[in-house]
Amino acid sequence: MSSVTLFGLLAALLVGLGLYGLIVHPHPLRKILSFNLLGGGVFLLLGVVARRGAGAGLAGDPVPQALVITGLVVAFAGTALAVMLLLRLFQESGTASLRADALAGKDAKKVDR
Amino acid sequence: MSLVLDIFSIVAICAGAFFFLAGTAGLLRFPDALTRLHALTKADNLGLGLVVLGLLPHVDGVLEGLKLVAIWAAVLLASAIVSQLIARVARRESEPQ
Amino acid sequence: MSWAFTFDVALTALVLGVAIWTLSLRENFGAVVAFAVYGLTLTLVWLRLGAPDVALTEAAIGSGLTGALLLAAAARLRSTEAAIAAESPGGGVRVAAAVLSAIVAGGIVLAVLALPVPAPSLAPNAVADLAATGLGNAVTGVLMAYRAADTLLEKVVVLIAVIAVWSLADSRVWGGRPGPAHRAEPDGALAFLARRLPPLGIVAGVYIAWVGADMPGGAFPGGTIIAAMWLLTIMAGVKDTPPISSRGLRLALTVGPAVFLAVGLCGFFIADAFLAYPVAYAKPLIVLVEVGMVLTIAVSLGLLMAGPPERSGK
Repeated sequence: MSSVTLFGLLAALLVGLGLYGLIVHPHPLRKILSFNLLGGGVFLLLGVVARRGAGAGLAGDPVPQALVITGLVVAFAGTALAVMLLLRLFQESGTASLRADALAGKDAKKVDR
Repeated sequence: MSLVLDIFSIVAICAGAFFFLAGTAGLLRFPDALTRLHALTKADNLGLGLVVLGLLPHVDGVLEGLKLVAIWAAVLLASAIVSQLIARVARRESEPQ
Repeated sequence: MSWAFTFDVALTALVLGVAIWTLSLRENFGAVVAFAVYGLTLTLVWLRLGAPDVALTEAAIGSGLTGALLLAAAARLRSTEAAIAAESPGGGVRVAAAVLSAIVAGGIVLAVLALPVPAPSLAPNAVADLAATGLGNAVTGVLMAYRAADTLLEKVVVLIAVIAVWSLADSRVWGGRPGPAHRAEPDGALAFLARRLPPLGIVAGVYIAWVGADMPGGAFPGGTIIAAMWLLTIMAGVKDTPPISSRGLRLALTVGPAVFLAVGLCGFFIADAFLAYPVAYAKPLIVLVEVGMVLTIAVSLGLLMAGPPERSGK
């Protein structure tokens, strides 16, 4: 087994761990965190593909690397939007719960931060 | 000459790694925030400083060496300020109400 | 087993350990700190995979900015943790989630082990035409020349995300200043750092963006560093967030995509396709686009961190 295959297996495990955390953790902020963990694993998989494409004097295929850089920025933009939505939900309803019955009685309630 | 420089680099980097190890051991074993900060400053100042010192013989020119030292200086500044801020909060939280 | 492979095994164990630690912590605050550590260990993996540009971007955005964003949110949501802990799923859901995760991970393992040998690669193509663009860094070549349309679309996506974050504002404070008013002692340590570090940080950011043409770097890590310096001055209370109705702010947000689009449309006349560069002017055009990009990235990422307006702009 080479290092690159080892990192590919690491990527698979990170995706599995992130998926587990996304499903199991009840707090939405932890879900966002697990989603980013999952994203790290996916980007690592692209990095493994890039490393295997080394050649022509480069240490890695530059196209997957550029895709990962673009992906990192867009993932941050998505995470920022998700966090702001969560904070607005908390501001409107006083709870960060995503369950319908927890939010049912709190339509008109606004909370001071 | 290059053998002497290599040995110097290895010794300096190993010493830096030892300080990082000591700082991490302190972070994990010390009882409260203030003592842990004390341990971490050893890692930042001495550990990184010795690693940078060990890398200096292998740089491609004065400018690169200055960049390495500037990195160390920036880390020193940031870690000093952050340690002060954390220590102030830790002290405020541990004071009896 | 060579030394390099032993190091890779240790690094893999470290990343896995930090990931499991992140998932197992009870408090949100601790989990976010563990996530920032996870981002930094991933940076080491990127270096081992021969991708220094990605390592810079991961350290700056993936670990730094995302960690700071989630930390601020965890502090604001601290009061909700106790109530939500009661919603933890039971054993049945956990087992089902574990089985699903194992199946997905197993599928990816099979895919990794079945990757084609010899690996297909676009590296020879990328290097062959790099001289015509005047760049020395193949990744920057891909971002700014070969797949420039992707980068243009990404800038628009980030702009849309900023507008979406703004749309969460209460209608009474629309056009106002994002975030709460930060106050710190004017003589204190944080204000000291906010006055001393930004000049160095801005020089470092511009340097990384400029040198990305030939060495590892680029507009994204450079713009992120400048955004971080701006956020530092805001958090120390040295400067306040600008009101989102300010024309200068909106100009800075749009100059990146606008210049990129203009250069792309000019490609129809001075070269032969959208976003094509004539060989004689390729490098200056790319530098022009990058200058706009660095400004827009810095302002966009800063605004995404600052959030929707919460105070009126007076």
